[in-house]
Amino acid sequence: MRQSRRAEEQKSRNLNVRILLRYCATALFAALLFLPFKGLKAAGIMFICILTLLSVVSLLKKTKIIDAIKAIHIPEIGRFRTFFIPVLLIASAALPFILKDYYIDVIIMSGIYILLALGLNIIVGFTGLLNLGFAAFYAIGAYTYAILNTKIGLGFWASLPISASFAALAGLLLAIPALRLRGDYLAIVTLGFGEIVRLVLNNWDSLTNGPNGITGISRPLLMGFSLAQLQYYYYLVFVIVIFAVVVIKRVESSRIGRAWIAIKENEIAASSMGINTTKYKLYAFTFGTFWAGIAGILFSAKMQFVSPESFTFMESILILSMIILGGIGNTYGAIIGAFILVLLPEMLREVQLYRMLILGIGLVLLMIFRPQGIVGGVKGVHFRS
Amino acid sequence: MLLQQLINGLTLGGVYAIIAIGYTMVYGILELINFAHGEIYMLGAYLAIIFLGLFTAMGLTAASLPLALILTTILTIIFCSAYGFTMEKVAYKPLRNAPRLSPLISAIGVSIFLQNYVMLTQGATDKVFPQRFGEAGFQFMNVNVTYLQAMIILVSGLLMLFLHLFIHKTRMGKAMRATAQDKTMAALVGINVDSIISVTFIIGAGLAAVAGIMVASYYGLVNYFIGYIAGIKAFTAAVLGGIGNIPGAMLGGIILGLVESTGAAYISSEYKDAYAFIILIVILLIKPSGILGKTTEEKV
Repeated sequence: MRQSRRAEEQKSRNLNVRILLRYCATALFAALLFLPFKGLKAAGIMFICILTLLSVVSLLKKTKIIDAIKAIHIPEIGRFRTFFIPVLLIASAALPFILKDYYIDVIIMSGIYILLALGLNIIVGFTGLLNLGFAAFYAIGAYTYAILNTKIGLGFWASLPISASFAALAGLLLAIPALRLRGDYLAIVTLGFGEIVRLVLNNWDSLTNGPNGITGISRPLLMGFSLAQLQYYYYLVFVIVIFAVVVIKRVESSRIGRAWIAIKENEIAASSMGINTTKYKLYAFTFGTFWAGIAGILFSAKMQFVSPESFTFMESILILSMIILGGIGNTYGAIIGAFILVLLPEMLREVQLYRMLILGIGLVLLMIFRPQGIVGGVKGVHFRS
Repeated sequence: MLLQQLINGLTLGGVYAIIAIGYTMVYGILELINFAHGEIYMLGAYLAIIFLGLFTAMGLTAASLPLALILTTILTIIFCSAYGFTMEKVAYKPLRNAPRLSPLISAIGVSIFLQNYVMLTQGATDKVFPQRFGEAGFQFMNVNVTYLQAMIILVSGLLMLFLHLFIHKTRMGKAMRATAQDKTMAALVGINVDSIISVTFIIGAGLAAVAGIMVASYYGLVNYFIGYIAGIKAFTAAVLGGIGNIPGAMLGGIILGLVESTGAAYISSEYKDAYAFIILIVILLIKPSGILGKTTEEKV
């Protein structure tokens, strides 16, 4: 009896040693990967880091913390709306009186990204169509205003519907052929479209002034009163974001929104229930890119300058990351995700150089440990081929 | 003139084709667009420069250039394969049964990470390949072909041939084809699916490494973002030929290279990068499954 226990102890000790050796081997392998780029010393540091990391992870696995992270349930925000929303609204309305200009600027940018995230969430989150070229529609909105304003002197308010509908039209024109394609192909076509738009902006010198971009775009006027000051511009963006959230929430719970979610859940089932899937997918594309157009005009009016640099593939990925971080298919999640991803880099100014590196690692870790995002997406979200 | 462009296009196409094979193999087995594959190619180009620089500093290049080049190639392939292997284990394997979007986002994350990692460690400026091969070459039907071009065309052709033989004549290749058809069924007949997936990533990364070395020596300059655009074009090539289909990837790559170099010469070189996407969109509209791909019915 006693002997067998001792044997067992011996065995478990052996096992521990074996596990440790395995970790050492893994860490050595990983450290070697860093050797050519960072030199011997860094590889040594990596070895120690990775070894500790592996041990910590294995401990975490034993304590089931990872499962706990996955299972954290954030209650549906909508349930607290009678309390949260008025508080949030009052707080946001009061912000310009409290904050410095720099922070107001950051918050205006996050408002613009919230619009983008809301728009992309309609396409990717509600309808399940992966779009990797969303920045193209943002660019179309921004450039439409830039060109209309600088070439023919059209004002902000007249350009607003034009910009938005140009972006929506581009979305529709891309969607008509592209929707015949299945999941990944659609993703790659939208990506290609994004690249084509950027290349055109870069090369059509007579219209877009090429890589130098367009300068001297004017800020909006409201009844003869300039909204050039940041505080006023903040309220403009604020009102538009509120409007967008209300409209999108209404559409989401309407017949159209339900059709979108049905298509995402199961396209074949949806079409056999009598949903015209092509039609609703077109709606989603058009409606989603419409908001990108509005975000675009707000962006170019705020910066008073546009250049193709602002509308790269990374921009599309950033917007996608926002809705994934927040919880795909969740309107509030999109807002939270956009807010975090705009604010975080500003807070991490000291480590400016590393922020893209962190974003990359963050995306991988998010997918592994909490694929449903912070708020948690709509149940049963998954992509079908 | 046209023939000259064809040779240039073939050189470019060979490179695209061998990168595209990596995409198509991974897609065939995991149905995953491995966004980070282009970065492996970029790492290959950088590694070649680092190793060759090291050998030059050691005096090996002066002693024997071929030996230095061969050692560089071998080391680069080994390291890139290790990167490919690690990438799969770290970023994709935990997501094997996750919803489709998850591994794709994870792949984008890996791609962003690798790009920025190289930028931070190697600097954001262009790196120069330490060895210039010059314009030396031979005449072929009144067209100048540099030795380097001939080498690239030859090497990519040989690699494709070997890969084809590997897939169709060896036991491992058979196991790969089985896994691509049906993972569960393959596992049931005793194929170790995990190791097949690892091998796929290793082969794909090795091929990308060769492409990286060839491009670094051909253009003489590399930058940390070359992986993105080359990756996208190679993926386009894979889709063009029919994704999941290895001969399709080869064909797609060569077509893409030819279109790009003739388009740049005869239409406009400013839109060089756009041609790939335009052909992609056109092909997908005419034949969504690609040139050699089979149409698959969607199952309920």
